Amino acid sequence: MRVLAFLFLLLAGTSTATAQVEEGIVAGLSQNRVSIDARFVGSEILVFGAVKRDAPAPEGPLGVVIVVQGPNEPVIVRRKERRFGIFVNAENVTVQEAPTFYAVATSGPFDEVLTVEDNAARLVSIDESVWVMDTDATDNEQAFADALIRIRENDGLYSRQESSVRVSQNTLFDAAIQLPANVTEGLYQARIFLTREGRIIADQVSYVSVQKVGLERWIYNLAHDLPLVYGLLSLAIAIAAGWIASAAFRMFSRT
Amino acid sequence: MQIYLPIAEVSVNAFLLLGLGGLVGVLSGMFGVGGGFLLTPLLFFIGIPPAIAVATGTNQVVASSISGVLAHLRRGTVDLKMGTVLLSGGLVGAFAGVRLFAYLQSLGQVDLLVTLSYVVFLGIIGGLMLIESVRALMRSRSNAVPKRRKHGIAHVLPFKSRFRTSGLYISVIPPVIVGFFVGVLSAIMGVGGGFIMVPAMIYILHMPTKVVIGTSLFQIIFVAAFTTLMHAWENHTVDLGLAVLLIVGGVVGAQVGTRIGMRIKAEQTRILLALLVLGVCLNLAFGLLVEPSEIYSLGNE
Repeated sequence: MRVLAFLFLLLAGTSTATAQVEEGIVAGLSQNRVSIDARFVGSEILVFGAVKRDAPAPEGPLGVVIVVQGPNEPVIVRRKERRFGIFVNAENVTVQEAPTFYAVATSGPFDEVLTVEDNAARLVSIDESVWVMDTDATDNEQAFADALIRIRENDGLYSRQESSVRVSQNTLFDAAIQLPANVTEGLYQARIFLTREGRIIADQVSYVSVQKVGLERWIYNLAHDLPLVYGLLSLAIAIAAGWIASAAFRMFSRT
Repeated sequence: MQIYLPIAEVSVNAFLLLGLGGLVGVLSGMFGVGGGFLLTPLLFFIGIPPAIAVATGTNQVVASSISGVLAHLRRGTVDLKMGTVLLSGGLVGAFAGVRLFAYLQSLGQVDLLVTLSYVVFLGIIGGLMLIESVRALMRSRSNAVPKRRKHGIAHVLPFKSRFRTSGLYISVIPPVIVGFFVGVLSAIMGVGGGFIMVPAMIYILHMPTKVVIGTSLFQIIFVAAFTTLMHAWENHTVDLGLAVLLIVGGVVGAQVGTRIGMRIKAEQTRILLALLVLGVCLNLAFGLLVEPSEIYSLGNE
Protein backbone atom coordinates (compact mmCIF):
# COMPACT_ATOMS: atom_id res chain seq x y z
CA MET A 1 0.00 0.00 0.00
CA ARG A 2 2.79 2.38 0.95
CA VAL A 3 4.70 1.48 -2.18
CA LEU A 4 1.63 2.19 -4.24
CA ALA A 5 1.12 5.54 -2.57
CA PHE A 6 4.74 6.38 -3.13
CA LEU A 7 4.55 5.42 -6.80
CA PHE A 8 1.41 7.47 -7.16
CA LEU A 9 3.08 10.49 -5.64
CA LEU A 10 6.10 9.96 -7.86
CA LEU A 11 3.91 9.74 -10.95
CA ALA A 12 1.89 12.76 -9.90
CA GLY A 13 5.09 14.64 -9.26
CA THR A 14 6.52 13.96 -12.67
CA SER A 15 3.30 14.48 -14.62
CA THR A 16 2.41 17.90 -13.26
CA ALA A 17 5.01 20.61 -13.41
CA THR A 18 6.17 21.32 -9.86
CA ALA A 19 4.10 24.34 -8.98
CA GLN A 20 5.88 26.82 -6.70
CA VAL A 21 3.60 26.87 -3.70
CA GLU A 22 4.93 28.57 -0.61
CA GLU A 23 5.36 26.18 2.30
CA GLY A 24 6.86 27.08 5.64
CA ILE A 25 7.72 25.47 8.96
CA VAL A 26 6.19 26.16 12.33
CA ALA A 27 8.24 24.21 14.87
CA GLY A 28 9.16 24.05 18.52
CA LEU A 29 11.39 22.16 20.94
CA SER A 30 10.31 20.39 24.10
CA GLN A 31 12.91 22.36 26.05
CA ASN A 32 15.10 25.37 25.44
CA ARG A 33 17.60 24.45 28.11
CA VAL A 34 19.15 21.22 29.24
CA SER A 35 20.49 21.30 32.79
CA ILE A 36 23.44 19.12 33.73
CA ASP A 37 23.30 18.24 37.43
CA ALA A 38 24.87 15.45 39.47
CA ARG A 39 22.27 12.94 38.29
CA PHE A 40 22.55 13.85 34.60
CA VAL A 41 22.54 10.70 32.48
CA GLY A 42 21.68 12.31 29.17
CA SER A 43 18.55 13.97 27.92
CA GLU A 44 16.02 13.85 25.15
CA ILE A 45 15.04 16.81 23.01
CA LEU A 46 11.69 16.53 21.31
CA VAL A 47 11.44 18.46 18.05
CA PHE A 48 7.92 18.93 16.73
CA GLY A 49 6.17 21.13 14.21
CA ALA A 50 3.85 21.51 11.28
CA VAL A 51 4.03 22.48 7.64
CA LYS A 52 2.42 25.87 7.06
CA ARG A 53 0.61 26.27 3.74
CA ASP A 54 -1.45 29.02 2.13
CA ALA A 55 -2.63 26.75 -0.66
CA PRO A 56 -3.34 23.03 -1.05
CA ALA A 57 -0.28 20.84 -0.68
CA PRO A 58 1.84 20.65 -3.82
CA GLU A 59 2.69 17.39 -5.47
CA GLY A 60 5.84 15.42 -4.79
CA PRO A 61 6.96 13.52 -1.69
CA LEU A 62 7.42 15.59 1.44
CA GLY A 63 10.54 15.13 3.54
CA VAL A 64 11.70 16.45 6.88
CA VAL A 65 15.35 16.56 7.98
CA ILE A 66 16.27 17.58 11.53
CA VAL A 67 19.87 18.35 12.50
CA VAL A 68 20.84 19.01 16.12
CA GLN A 69 24.45 20.05 16.56
CA GLY A 70 26.62 21.09 19.49
CA PRO A 71 29.23 23.86 19.62
CA ASN A 72 32.29 23.52 17.38
CA GLU A 73 35.63 22.84 19.00
CA PRO A 74 39.09 22.09 17.63
CA VAL A 75 40.21 18.50 18.03
CA ILE A 76 43.46 16.64 17.35
CA VAL A 77 43.17 13.31 15.56
CA ARG A 78 46.21 11.10 16.06
CA ARG A 79 47.12 7.89 14.31
CA LYS A 80 49.19 5.14 15.90
CA GLU A 81 51.85 3.36 13.95
CA ARG A 82 54.19 0.51 14.74
CA ARG A 83 57.69 1.84 15.27
CA PHE A 84 60.50 -0.28 16.73
CA GLY A 85 57.93 -2.95 17.52
CA ILE A 86 55.62 -0.80 19.62
CA PHE A 87 52.60 1.29 18.75
CA VAL A 88 53.17 5.02 19.10
CA ASN A 89 51.27 8.11 18.00
CA ALA A 90 52.72 9.06 14.65
CA GLU A 91 50.80 11.40 12.33
CA ASN A 92 48.36 13.88 13.79
CA VAL A 93 45.93 16.30 12.21
CA THR A 94 44.19 19.21 13.90
CA VAL A 95 40.57 19.68 12.90
CA GLN A 96 39.83 23.33 13.62
CA GLU A 97 36.05 23.13 13.58
CA ALA A 98 34.42 19.88 14.55
CA PRO A 99 30.95 19.79 16.13
CA THR A 100 31.02 18.22 19.59
CA PHE A 101 27.59 16.70 18.93
CA TYR A 102 25.81 15.99 15.66
CA ALA A 103 22.53 14.15 15.22
CA VAL A 104 20.67 13.87 11.93
CA ALA A 105 17.11 12.57 11.84
CA THR A 106 15.13 12.17 8.63
CA SER A 107 11.58 11.20 7.71
CA GLY A 108 12.77 8.57 5.23
CA PRO A 109 15.92 7.11 3.63
CA PHE A 110 18.47 9.94 3.63
CA ASP A 111 19.22 9.82 -0.12
CA GLU A 112 15.53 10.03 -0.99
CA VAL A 113 14.69 12.84 1.40
CA LEU A 114 17.61 15.06 0.42
CA THR A 115 19.47 15.43 -2.86
CA VAL A 116 23.26 15.27 -2.96
CA GLU A 117 23.45 18.89 -4.13
CA ASP A 118 21.31 20.32 -1.36
CA ASN A 119 23.10 18.20 1.22
CA ALA A 120 26.41 19.68 0.11
CA ALA A 121 25.06 23.23 -0.20
CA ARG A 122 23.49 23.33 3.26
CA LEU A 123 26.07 21.13 5.05
CA VAL A 124 23.49 18.69 6.38
CA SER A 125 25.10 15.27 6.80
CA ILE A 126 27.96 14.63 9.23
CA ASP A 127 30.62 14.14 6.56
CA GLU A 128 29.67 17.50 5.02
CA SER A 129 30.12 19.22 8.39
CA VAL A 130 33.42 17.61 9.36
CA TRP A 131 36.30 18.01 7.01
CA VAL A 132 40.02 18.27 7.35
CA MET A 133 41.94 21.01 5.63
CA ASP A 134 44.89 20.05 3.47
CA THR A 135 47.98 19.80 5.62
CA ASP A 136 51.54 18.70 5.17
CA ALA A 137 51.16 16.37 8.12
CA THR A 138 49.50 13.66 6.05
CA ASP A 139 48.47 12.91 2.50
CA ASN A 140 45.33 11.14 3.62
CA GLU A 141 43.12 13.83 5.17
CA GLN A 142 39.93 11.89 4.47
CA ALA A 143 41.03 8.95 6.60
CA PHE A 144 41.46 11.29 9.58
CA ALA A 145 38.03 12.87 9.04
CA ASP A 146 36.47 9.40 8.78
CA ALA A 147 38.24 8.32 11.98
CA LEU A 148 36.93 11.37 13.86
CA ILE A 149 33.37 10.60 12.74
CA ARG A 150 33.74 6.89 13.53
CA ILE A 151 35.08 7.48 17.05
CA ARG A 152 32.36 10.02 17.87
CA GLU A 153 29.68 7.72 16.44
CA ASN A 154 30.90 4.99 18.81
CA ASP A 155 30.68 7.46 21.69
CA GLY A 156 27.08 8.25 20.75
CA LEU A 157 27.98 11.85 19.91
CA TYR A 158 27.37 11.61 16.17
CA SER A 159 24.35 9.80 14.78
CA ARG A 160 22.17 9.47 11.72
CA GLN A 161 18.69 8.11 12.28
CA GLU A 162 16.85 7.54 9.06
CA SER A 163 13.05 7.36 9.12
CA SER A 164 12.99 8.49 12.75
CA VAL A 165 11.00 11.66 12.02
CA ARG A 166 7.29 10.85 12.13
CA VAL A 167 5.19 12.70 9.58
CA SER A 168 1.42 12.50 9.89
CA GLN A 169 -1.18 13.74 7.44
CA ASN A 170 1.57 15.28 5.34
CA THR A 171 1.58 18.18 7.78
CA LEU A 172 2.61 17.35 11.34
CA PHE A 173 6.05 16.00 12.22
CA ASP A 174 7.99 15.13 15.35
CA ALA A 175 11.27 13.47 16.33
CA ALA A 176 13.17 12.70 19.53
CA ILE A 177 16.90 13.45 19.64
CA GLN A 178 18.96 11.77 22.35
CA LEU A 179 21.72 13.73 24.09
CA PRO A 180 24.18 11.31 25.77
CA ALA A 181 25.69 12.01 29.22
CA ASN A 182 29.07 12.98 27.74
CA VAL A 183 27.79 16.05 25.85
CA THR A 184 29.74 19.29 25.91
CA GLU A 185 28.24 22.42 27.41
CA GLY A 186 27.20 25.24 25.10
CA LEU A 187 24.58 26.49 22.70
CA TYR A 188 23.06 23.73 20.59
CA GLN A 189 21.47 24.44 17.24
CA ALA A 190 18.44 22.58 15.88
CA ARG A 191 17.99 22.99 12.12
CA ILE A 192 14.80 21.78 10.49
CA PHE A 193 14.61 21.37 6.73
CA LEU A 194 11.47 20.75 4.71
CA THR A 195 12.03 19.05 1.36
CA ARG A 196 9.95 18.25 -1.70
CA GLU A 197 11.43 15.66 -4.04
CA GLY A 198 14.70 16.02 -2.18
CA ARG A 199 15.00 19.78 -2.67
CA ILE A 200 14.97 22.03 0.39
CA ILE A 201 11.96 24.35 0.24
CA ALA A 202 11.96 25.75 3.78
CA ASP A 203 14.09 25.73 6.90
CA GLN A 204 14.05 26.95 10.47
CA VAL A 205 16.67 27.22 13.24
CA SER A 206 16.05 26.93 16.99
CA TYR A 207 18.50 26.91 19.89
CA VAL A 208 18.92 24.85 23.03
CA SER A 209 21.28 25.84 25.82
CA VAL A 210 23.07 22.95 27.54
CA GLN A 211 24.54 24.02 30.89
CA LYS A 212 25.78 22.69 34.18
CA VAL A 213 23.68 23.83 37.16
CA GLY A 214 23.92 23.83 40.96
CA LEU A 215 26.89 22.09 42.57
CA GLU A 216 28.29 20.94 39.22
CA ARG A 217 28.36 24.56 38.00
CA TRP A 218 29.92 25.77 41.27
CA ILE A 219 32.70 23.18 41.26
CA TYR A 220 33.48 23.79 37.59
CA ASN A 221 33.64 27.57 38.04
CA LEU A 222 35.77 27.34 41.17
CA ALA A 223 38.23 25.00 39.46
CA HIS A 224 38.68 27.47 36.60
CA ASP A 225 38.36 30.84 38.34
CA LEU A 226 40.21 30.16 41.61
CA PRO A 227 42.40 27.15 40.85
CA LEU A 228 44.67 27.60 43.87
CA VAL A 229 41.72 27.78 46.28
CA TYR A 230 40.18 24.78 44.53
CA GLY A 231 43.42 22.80 44.83
CA LEU A 232 43.72 23.61 48.53
CA LEU A 233 40.06 22.68 49.05
CA SER A 234 40.68 19.31 47.35
CA LEU A 235 43.65 18.71 49.64
CA ALA A 236 41.71 19.76 52.74
CA ILE A 237 38.96 17.28 51.90
CA ALA A 238 41.53 14.53 51.35
CA ILE A 239 43.33 15.27 54.63
CA ALA A 240 40.12 15.50 56.64
CA ALA A 241 38.76 12.28 55.12
CA GLY A 242 41.98 10.40 55.85
CA TRP A 243 42.02 11.59 59.46
CA ILE A 244 38.31 10.91 60.07
CA ALA A 245 38.59 7.37 58.70
CA SER A 246 41.58 6.66 60.90
CA ALA A 247 39.85 8.05 64.01
CA ALA A 248 36.64 6.18 63.25
CA PHE A 249 38.45 2.87 62.85
CA ARG A 250 40.34 3.39 66.08
CA MET A 251 37.09 3.90 67.98
CA PHE A 252 35.64 0.88 66.24
CA SER A 253 38.55 -1.41 67.09
CA ARG A 254 38.66 -0.28 70.75
CA THR A 255 35.10 -1.26 71.50
CA MET B 1 23.54 4.86 40.72
CA GLN B 2 24.98 7.07 38.00
CA ILE B 3 26.68 10.32 38.94
CA TYR B 4 27.81 13.13 36.64
CA LEU B 5 31.37 14.33 37.26
CA PRO B 6 31.68 18.11 36.88
CA ILE B 7 35.26 18.35 35.57
CA ALA B 8 35.60 15.02 33.76
CA GLU B 9 32.19 15.69 32.13
CA VAL B 10 31.16 12.06 32.07
CA SER B 11 28.54 10.08 33.93
CA VAL B 12 29.79 7.01 35.81
CA ASN B 13 28.50 4.55 38.39
CA ALA B 14 29.11 5.88 41.93
CA PHE B 15 29.45 2.41 43.48
CA LEU B 16 32.05 1.40 40.92
CA LEU B 17 34.16 4.40 41.97
CA LEU B 18 33.69 3.64 45.67
CA GLY B 19 34.81 0.06 45.00
CA LEU B 20 37.87 1.14 43.02
CA GLY B 21 38.85 3.57 45.77
CA GLY B 22 38.39 0.83 48.38
CA LEU B 23 40.47 -1.72 46.47
CA VAL B 24 43.33 0.71 46.00
CA GLY B 25 43.06 1.77 49.65
CA VAL B 26 43.47 -1.83 50.84
CA LEU B 27 46.64 -2.18 48.75
CA SER B 28 47.87 1.14 50.05
CA GLY B 29 47.52 0.09 53.68
CA MET B 30 48.98 -3.38 53.06
CA PHE B 31 52.02 -2.46 51.00
CA GLY B 32 52.73 1.19 51.76
CA VAL B 33 52.23 2.14 48.14
CA GLY B 34 49.95 5.04 47.31
CA GLY B 35 48.19 2.90 44.76
CA GLY B 36 48.38 5.55 42.05
CA PHE B 37 50.08 3.14 39.66
CA LEU B 38 46.99 0.92 39.83
CA LEU B 39 44.27 3.53 40.22
CA THR B 40 45.29 5.66 37.25
CA PRO B 41 45.12 2.84 34.64
CA LEU B 42 41.84 1.62 36.19
CA LEU B 43 40.31 5.08 35.82
CA PHE B 44 41.39 5.20 32.15
CA PHE B 45 39.67 1.88 31.72
CA ILE B 46 36.27 3.09 32.97
CA GLY B 47 36.40 6.10 30.66
CA ILE B 48 37.79 8.97 32.74
CA PRO B 49 39.94 11.25 30.55
CA PRO B 50 43.65 10.51 31.27
CA ALA B 51 44.63 14.04 32.41
CA ILE B 52 41.80 14.05 34.97
CA ALA B 53 42.49 10.49 36.09
CA VAL B 54 46.15 11.33 36.83
CA ALA B 55 45.41 14.55 38.74
CA THR B 56 42.45 13.24 40.72
CA GLY B 57 44.30 10.00 41.47
CA THR B 58 47.01 11.94 43.29
CA ASN B 59 44.35 13.60 45.47
CA GLN B 60 42.98 10.20 46.46
CA VAL B 61 46.52 9.05 47.24
CA VAL B 62 46.84 11.91 49.77
CA ALA B 63 43.73 10.78 51.63
CA SER B 64 44.51 7.05 51.74
CA SER B 65 48.14 7.70 52.70
CA ILE B 66 47.08 9.90 55.62
CA SER B 67 44.61 7.30 56.77
CA GLY B 68 47.34 4.65 56.55
CA VAL B 69 50.14 6.69 58.09
CA LEU B 70 48.07 7.50 61.19
CA ALA B 71 47.59 3.79 61.82
CA HIS B 72 51.35 3.27 61.42
CA LEU B 73 52.23 6.23 63.65
CA ARG B 74 50.31 4.71 66.56
CA ARG B 75 52.26 1.48 66.14
CA GLY B 76 55.53 3.40 66.02
CA THR B 77 56.47 2.12 62.57
CA VAL B 78 57.20 5.48 60.94
CA ASP B 79 60.77 6.75 60.81
CA LEU B 80 59.99 10.47 60.80
CA LYS B 81 63.63 11.50 60.49
CA MET B 82 64.24 9.24 57.49
CA GLY B 83 60.91 10.36 55.99
CA THR B 84 61.91 14.01 56.22
CA VAL B 85 65.29 13.36 54.61
CA LEU B 86 63.65 11.45 51.77
CA LEU B 87 61.03 14.17 51.40
CA SER B 88 63.61 16.96 51.06
CA GLY B 89 65.00 15.17 48.02
CA GLY B 90 61.49 14.23 46.87
CA LEU B 91 60.05 17.73 46.64
CA VAL B 92 63.04 19.04 44.68
CA GLY B 93 62.73 16.02 42.41
CA ALA B 94 58.98 16.52 41.92
CA PHE B 95 59.52 20.14 40.95
CA ALA B 96 62.24 19.15 38.46
CA GLY B 97 59.97 16.38 37.19
CA VAL B 98 57.08 18.77 36.52
CA ARG B 99 59.46 20.94 34.48
CA LEU B 100 60.77 17.92 32.58
CA PHE B 101 57.20 16.80 31.91
CA ALA B 102 56.26 20.20 30.46
CA TYR B 103 59.36 20.13 28.26
CA LEU B 104 58.58 16.66 26.93
CA GLN B 105 54.97 17.66 26.35
CA SER B 106 56.17 20.46 24.09
CA LEU B 107 58.07 17.84 22.07
CA GLY B 108 54.98 15.57 21.86
CA GLN B 109 54.98 11.85 22.64
CA VAL B 110 54.51 12.39 26.37
CA ASP B 111 51.95 9.53 26.52
CA LEU B 112 54.52 7.12 25.18
CA LEU B 113 57.11 8.31 27.68
CA VAL B 114 54.67 7.77 30.56
CA THR B 115 53.73 4.27 29.43
CA LEU B 116 57.33 3.30 28.73
CA SER B 117 58.45 4.52 32.16
CA TYR B 118 55.69 2.44 33.72
CA VAL B 119 56.69 -0.69 31.80
CA VAL B 120 60.41 -0.30 32.45
CA PHE B 121 60.23 0.61 36.14
CA LEU B 122 57.43 -1.73 37.08
CA GLY B 123 59.18 -4.54 35.22
CA ILE B 124 62.57 -4.04 36.84
CA ILE B 125 61.21 -3.50 40.34
CA GLY B 126 58.60 -6.23 40.19
CA GLY B 127 61.10 -8.74 38.82
CA LEU B 128 63.80 -7.96 41.38
CA MET B 129 61.37 -8.02 44.27
CA LEU B 130 59.87 -11.32 43.20
CA ILE B 131 63.27 -13.02 42.94
CA GLU B 132 64.46 -11.59 46.25
CA SER B 133 61.31 -12.33 48.23
CA VAL B 134 61.04 -15.89 46.90
CA ARG B 135 64.63 -16.47 48.02
CA ALA B 136 63.90 -14.95 51.43
CA LEU B 137 60.82 -17.12 51.81
CA MET B 138 62.79 -20.24 50.91
CA ARG B 139 65.47 -19.32 53.47
CA SER B 140 62.87 -18.94 56.21
CA ARG B 141 61.26 -22.26 55.19
CA SER B 142 64.59 -24.06 55.60
CA ASN B 143 64.80 -22.47 59.06
CA ALA B 144 68.04 -20.71 58.28
CA VAL B 145 68.54 -17.41 60.06
CA PRO B 146 67.68 -14.66 57.53
CA LYS B 147 70.88 -12.81 56.78
CA ARG B 148 70.48 -9.10 56.19
CA ARG B 149 73.30 -7.26 54.53
CA LYS B 150 74.29 -4.77 57.14
CA HIS B 151 76.89 -2.88 55.18
CA GLY B 152 76.26 -1.14 51.89
CA ILE B 153 77.24 2.05 50.15
CA ALA B 154 75.13 4.00 52.67
CA HIS B 155 77.55 3.09 55.43
CA VAL B 156 80.74 4.36 53.85
CA LEU B 157 79.62 7.80 52.59
CA PRO B 158 80.03 10.94 54.73
CA PHE B 159 77.29 12.95 56.57
CA LYS B 160 76.34 9.97 58.65
CA SER B 161 73.30 10.25 60.85
CA ARG B 162 71.50 7.95 63.29
CA PHE B 163 68.01 6.82 62.30
CA ARG B 164 66.74 5.40 65.57
CA THR B 165 63.41 3.97 64.42
CA SER B 166 65.07 2.11 61.55
CA GLY B 167 68.00 1.08 63.68
CA LEU B 168 70.46 2.47 61.14
CA TYR B 169 73.54 4.66 61.24
CA ILE B 170 74.07 5.70 57.63
CA SER B 171 74.93 8.64 55.39
CA VAL B 172 72.05 11.00 54.43
CA ILE B 173 73.28 11.21 50.81
CA PRO B 174 71.65 7.96 49.53
CA PRO B 175 68.18 8.77 51.01
CA VAL B 176 68.25 12.30 49.50
CA ILE B 177 69.22 10.90 46.09
CA VAL B 178 66.56 8.17 46.32
CA GLY B 179 63.98 10.81 47.29
CA PHE B 180 64.95 13.08 44.42
CA PHE B 181 64.86 10.28 41.87
CA VAL B 182 61.44 9.09 43.08
CA GLY B 183 60.18 12.68 43.03
CA VAL B 184 61.14 13.08 39.36
CA LEU B 185 59.51 9.80 38.42
CA SER B 186 56.32 10.48 40.35
CA ALA B 187 55.85 13.81 38.58
CA ILE B 188 56.33 12.14 35.18
CA MET B 189 54.18 9.11 35.93
CA GLY B 190 51.55 10.92 37.99
CA VAL B 191 51.86 8.64 41.02
CA GLY B 192 53.03 8.97 44.62
CA GLY B 193 56.04 6.80 43.89
CA GLY B 194 55.60 4.29 46.71
CA PHE B 195 56.14 1.30 44.45
CA ILE B 196 59.64 2.61 43.70
CA MET B 197 60.28 4.02 47.17
CA VAL B 198 59.46 0.81 49.04
CA PRO B 199 61.99 -1.41 47.21
CA ALA B 200 64.58 1.40 47.26
CA MET B 201 64.28 1.62 51.05
CA ILE B 202 64.57 -2.13 51.45
CA TYR B 203 67.37 -2.85 48.99
CA ILE B 204 69.39 0.38 48.91
CA LEU B 205 68.91 1.78 52.43
CA HIS B 206 68.45 -1.65 54.11
CA MET B 207 65.58 -0.44 56.26
CA PRO B 208 63.45 -3.04 58.11
CA THR B 209 60.27 -3.88 56.12
CA LYS B 210 57.95 -2.95 59.00
CA VAL B 211 59.29 0.61 59.10
CA VAL B 212 59.47 0.96 55.32
CA ILE B 213 55.71 0.99 54.78
CA GLY B 214 54.85 3.70 57.30
CA THR B 215 57.80 5.86 56.25
CA SER B 216 56.96 5.50 52.58
CA LEU B 217 53.35 6.55 53.24
CA PHE B 218 54.59 9.53 55.25
CA GLN B 219 56.61 10.98 52.39
CA ILE B 220 54.02 10.04 49.73
CA ILE B 221 51.50 12.34 51.45
CA PHE B 222 53.63 15.37 50.74
CA VAL B 223 54.73 14.46 47.23
CA ALA B 224 51.11 13.62 46.22
CA ALA B 225 49.76 16.80 47.85
CA PHE B 226 52.31 18.87 45.94
CA THR B 227 51.38 17.17 42.66
CA THR B 228 47.64 17.62 43.26
CA LEU B 229 48.09 21.31 43.89
CA MET B 230 50.19 21.73 40.74
CA HIS B 231 47.59 19.92 38.62
CA ALA B 232 44.67 21.91 40.06
CA TRP B 233 46.51 25.16 39.67
CA GLU B 234 48.03 24.75 36.23
CA ASN B 235 45.76 22.32 34.39
CA HIS B 236 42.36 22.49 36.19
CA THR B 237 42.18 18.72 36.00
CA VAL B 238 41.28 17.70 39.59
CA ASP B 239 37.66 16.51 39.72
CA LEU B 240 36.25 17.01 43.22
CA GLY B 241 33.23 14.78 42.61
CA LEU B 242 35.45 11.93 41.46
CA ALA B 243 37.96 12.61 44.25
CA VAL B 244 35.35 12.47 47.03
CA LEU B 245 34.00 9.09 45.87
CA LEU B 246 37.48 7.60 45.50
CA ILE B 247 38.54 9.04 48.86
CA VAL B 248 35.57 7.63 50.78
CA GLY B 249 36.36 4.19 49.38
CA GLY B 250 40.11 4.67 49.80
CA VAL B 251 40.29 5.75 53.44
CA VAL B 252 38.15 2.83 54.56
CA GLY B 253 40.20 0.45 52.42
CA ALA B 254 43.48 1.77 53.82
CA GLN B 255 42.40 0.96 57.38
CA VAL B 256 41.38 -2.55 56.37
CA GLY B 257 44.64 -2.97 54.42
CA THR B 258 46.80 -1.92 57.38
CA ARG B 259 45.14 -4.57 59.54
CA ILE B 260 45.57 -7.25 56.87
CA GLY B 261 49.22 -6.22 56.51
CA MET B 262 49.81 -6.80 60.24
CA ARG B 263 48.59 -10.40 59.98
CA ILE B 264 50.66 -11.65 57.05
CA LYS B 265 54.42 -12.14 56.97
CA ALA B 266 56.70 -9.48 55.51
CA GLU B 267 58.06 -11.89 52.87
CA GLN B 268 54.58 -12.83 51.76
CA THR B 269 53.62 -9.16 51.54
CA ARG B 270 56.58 -8.58 49.28
CA ILE B 271 55.74 -11.49 46.95
CA LEU B 272 52.18 -10.24 46.60
CA LEU B 273 53.34 -6.71 45.84
CA ALA B 274 55.89 -8.03 43.33
CA LEU B 275 53.23 -10.05 41.50
CA LEU B 276 50.90 -7.06 41.44
CA VAL B 277 53.58 -4.77 40.03
CA LEU B 278 54.51 -7.34 37.36
CA GLY B 279 50.85 -7.79 36.43
CA VAL B 280 50.35 -4.08 35.78
CA CYS B 281 53.64 -3.97 33.85
CA LEU B 282 52.67 -6.85 31.55
CA ASN B 283 49.25 -5.33 30.94
CA LEU B 284 50.78 -2.01 29.84
CA ALA B 285 53.44 -3.72 27.72
CA PHE B 286 50.71 -5.72 26.00
CA GLY B 287 48.95 -2.46 25.10
CA LEU B 288 52.09 -1.16 23.43
CA LEU B 289 52.85 -4.32 21.46
CA VAL B 290 49.43 -5.39 20.20
CA GLU B 291 47.83 -3.49 17.36
CA PRO B 292 44.89 -1.53 18.82
CA SER B 293 41.45 -2.06 17.29
CA GLU B 294 41.22 1.69 16.70
CA ILE B 295 44.52 3.16 15.59
CA TYR B 296 43.15 6.70 15.65
CA SER B 297 42.52 8.64 18.82
CA LEU B 298 41.14 12.09 19.64
CA GLY B 299 42.82 14.68 21.83
CA ASN B 300 42.33 18.24 22.96
CA GLU B 301 44.69 21.00 22.05
